[in-house]
Amino acid sequence: MKTVFTLFFLAFSFLARAQSSGYEIGAVAEDFTLKNVDSKMVSMSDFKEAKGYIVVFTCNTCPYSKAYEDRIIELNTKYAAKGYPVLAINPNDPVIQPGDSFDSMKEKAKSKKYSFPYLEDPGQEVTRKFGAMRTPHLFVLQKTPKGNVVQYIGAIDDDTENTEPNKTNYAQNAVDALIAGKKPSLKLTKAVGCTIKWKKTEG
Amino acid sequence: MMKILVLICFSMFFLAGLSHAQKVNLLTVDQLESRFANGNDTVYIVNFWATWCAPCVAEMPNFEKLQSTYQDQPLKVLMVSVDFKSKLESAVKPFVKKKNLQNEIFLLNEKSQQVYIDKISKDWSGALPTTLIVNRTKNIRKIYEQEFTYSELEKVYQSSK
Repeated sequence: MKTVFTLFFLAFSFLARAQSSGYEIGAVAEDFTLKNVDSKMVSMSDFKEAKGYIVVFTCNTCPYSKAYEDRIIELNTKYAAKGYPVLAINPNDPVIQPGDSFDSMKEKAKSKKYSFPYLEDPGQEVTRKFGAMRTPHLFVLQKTPKGNVVQYIGAIDDDTENTEPNKTNYAQNAVDALIAGKKPSLKLTKAVGCTIKWKKTEG
Repeated sequence: MMKILVLICFSMFFLAGLSHAQKVNLLTVDQLESRFANGNDTVYIVNFWATWCAPCVAEMPNFEKLQSTYQDQPLKVLMVSVDFKSKLESAVKPFVKKKNLQNEIFLLNEKSQQVYIDKISKDWSGALPTTLIVNRTKNIRKIYEQEFTYSELEKVYQSSK
């Protein structure tokens, strides 16, 4: 009984730790190299002209990701030319969530005509390093001499249903601030989303 | 023969529906807090779910089973949907009826996710499913951003009461 309890405790303390890790505002994000839907490897450093990046953890299956799909496309349309391209990463384990397999990602990117990389993270290491907890979960990074600094973490806007004319566009406001040479006034937001589908063996 | 079978199924379904008027009430975070403070139970297990969230729907029977197994204990399972308020009549109520849920069901009556997620717990990222366990007599208030099997849920309850 005692062993069971200890195991149980360990399992939950592991979960607790997994939840609290990840980049905070001001952290320098490590570059990554992940496979895009065109089977080419993509890193942040490939974007020589970029001033920063909009890294968004999203997937095919989560209804909230679907609700934000068009708005993610718009972000790239609006900000890639201004130096902030979108890099989308699917964090989910396809064993748990078959609809998020690499082939399904290819189909999604094709049918929605994604103008940005849609990357798989089969080891979920990049997802862990960022500390992404849900889909969609967005990180705005700014390229600086000391590296890619995390300047905003959170939601895309405050209106998932997309019915509110006066909604607050958190992500756009953050990127606009950086482009204007300022810091985002709101650096951290929360929103409802789907849990990341972690590989079973890792708890 | 087939007709009779259908009729029996239908009437059983109808009777089951009659025996429990499945209401879905609106609930603010403040109302939830006041339930913790003034309610008759010691342990509150609050599951945050949505009709569109497949893993939430999958784990729902475990919460039904927990409440029915421990109905003579001061435990209350509250199922709080974070579906949009506009979906109350079109999605949430029909879902609760179809699944014949016996637990208390609510629809969260809050405007801003940015505000209510933190009010419920600073440790909650906003992902679903998520379960909050509260026992004020033991100073327990813990958020579990995960799915629960029945045995996991039972263990968490046992360790919180």
